[in-house]
Amino acid sequence: MSTPARTARRSNIRGGETASGWLFTAPMIILLGLFLVIPVLMALWVSFSDWNGRGSPFSGTVSFVGLDNYSALVGGGGLAEQDFGTALRNNAWYVLLVVPTQTMLSLLLAVLVNRQILRGRGFFRTAFYFPSVTSSVAITVLWLFLFSASGAVNKLLAFIGVNGPNWFNDPSGVLHNILGAFGVETGPAALTGNTFLGISFWEWLAGPSVAMSAFILMAVFTTSGTFMLLFIAALQNLSGDVVEAAMMDGANGWQRFWRVTLPQLRPTLFTVLTLGLIGAWQVFDQIYTGTQGGPGKTTLTPAYLSYQAAFTNQAWGQGAAIAFILFVIIVAFTLFQRALLAERKVSNRRMRPYLQSPTSGGSK
Amino acid sequence: MSTTVRTRERTVSPSRRLRALGREQLPTRAIAGRSLLYAILIVLAMIYIAPFLIQVATSFKTDGDAASNPMSLLPQTWSTAAYERLFLNSDFPVWFQNSAIVTVFVTLGRVFFNSLAGYALARLHFRGRTVIFALLIAVMSVPGVVLLIPKFLVINQLGIYDTYVAMIVPLLTDAAGVFIMKNFFESIPASVEEQARIDGASTFRVFWSIVLPMARPALVTIIILSFQGSWNELSHFIVATQSPELTTLTKGVASLASGQLSQGTQYPLKLAAAAIMTIPVAVMFFIFQKRIMNTTDGAVKE
Repeated sequence: MSTPARTARRSNIRGGETASGWLFTAPMIILLGLFLVIPVLMALWVSFSDWNGRGSPFSGTVSFVGLDNYSALVGGGGLAEQDFGTALRNNAWYVLLVVPTQTMLSLLLAVLVNRQILRGRGFFRTAFYFPSVTSSVAITVLWLFLFSASGAVNKLLAFIGVNGPNWFNDPSGVLHNILGAFGVETGPAALTGNTFLGISFWEWLAGPSVAMSAFILMAVFTTSGTFMLLFIAALQNLSGDVVEAAMMDGANGWQRFWRVTLPQLRPTLFTVLTLGLIGAWQVFDQIYTGTQGGPGKTTLTPAYLSYQAAFTNQAWGQGAAIAFILFVIIVAFTLFQRALLAERKVSNRRMRPYLQSPTSGGSK
Repeated sequence: MSTTVRTRERTVSPSRRLRALGREQLPTRAIAGRSLLYAILIVLAMIYIAPFLIQVATSFKTDGDAASNPMSLLPQTWSTAAYERLFLNSDFPVWFQNSAIVTVFVTLGRVFFNSLAGYALARLHFRGRTVIFALLIAVMSVPGVVLLIPKFLVINQLGIYDTYVAMIVPLLTDAAGVFIMKNFFESIPASVEEQARIDGASTFRVFWSIVLPMARPALVTIIILSFQGSWNELSHFIVATQSPELTTLTKGVASLASGQLSQGTQYPLKLAAAAIMTIPVAVMFFIFQKRIMNTTDGAVKE
């Protein structure tokens, strides 16, 4: 960044920068080291031990058990594996539905609200963003009320003649319910007979439970505002020239959005997807406040299961192991996203001639 | 269908005639489009606002009214029973006080420590700077939920479990905040500081009386983020404390939600608690609204 000459000049003016540099960063290094790096290392040890929460995890009575905690989760055949599989299934459905929905909705809101000639722009932005500033606990309390058996949502559904479910007490899977409506009550033997992580493929395909669906709606409700702001910022940074040029070339609004605006938003789109993925794999507050994993363990998530294993069941090794597996899942998803982003950059360049083709086509 | 026809027409006809055509068509189409846009926006805004209106309305209802008229925005009989119960006959004031204490200290701490470290990483040349920065990036990628058990382990080991120290000190700095400050300091010119340096001011003096006052926009971002973050924090307090005197709002209201302090549903009580808990962040939001809305990336750019 700085040229050698500049660096030399600077170090002449500034003596003793090493000392102040370390002094200035010391609080951060100590705090992050003490409450982030060291704890992670300690937990890594605990995940390989049989510590039961009494005394220090480093005392002589605690012994190294190798990969026992991990193998109990991914192949133990017991309740631990079943719970872990269930939690992964629940959270996977949650991610699968929340991430695309929140991304599309926030993009839609940003595009709608970003018009130059829109009255009440500030009002709409505030309305859409406000849910994002409230705490997850407060929102969950509100959600429990809105989605109670005789709550506002079911009253609203009754208006249009739909008999609403008992949301937070309904463990049935949404996909199973849909199949059930077509008379399919049990899956084929190939699906019910084989299991992965302790639960059958048929159960993996149950979809999110009705209870989890309420949490999915809540996540979309609370996160779309934040991501809308990211999209608005990106939209405002786009130069109007390209869109104007496309307009001149006769592209209609729909074409302009898909072919001109959206490709330019790609970096933001991937930021939103990555942040969304990372957030959606960490569902904890809502479950702790609202359902504690019920009904029928269908809102259990790895994050909550890890907490429960350690703090409630005193299976600290297992709790820590779940946390580390979750960590690996999140890192893997992030890296996957990055790889995808890198690839998109190339294809973006390759697409450029095609994006401009209406111009060349028109002039010919 | 009409659009496809029009597009085909456009590609063959000269562009000038085309534009004239487009202008002629604009009024009716534009009015219809505009009305549709407003209709969609208003419906969406209602969906986003309604839950909060229902929340406030319900907190003033009686239990029976809340159960039988969950959607109405006007209580049949206005009742402040829920608020009286919360403030006069529960631990709610203690929770509020604890949340306030933690939020104030954490916000002050983050403003100071984040800008201090951010300044050093952006401006000071010292050995190990790149290593520190690389570690910071690594630390930033650790998802918070994974730290539940680890944090408890270290807090327990240090013997500070169930104290204000355990609640506050681990939150005093955050990697993302340091990153924001570093980016900000890199974006402002170094010439002013260099002048002061030549005049013989110490590094800390330059930082404190010259750099920090210039960093106001970024500091506001840090204040917003840390206020909101620590006020809404739940998981850290779950693993750092257990005694009722140290319960924060998030922890307390979560325990309300799962049915402590009540028989039956008691929705007005719970919703009143959740509403009060939302007020400080809402106030914060409306004070800094312009900033939050206009400059998501502003901390870095201004």
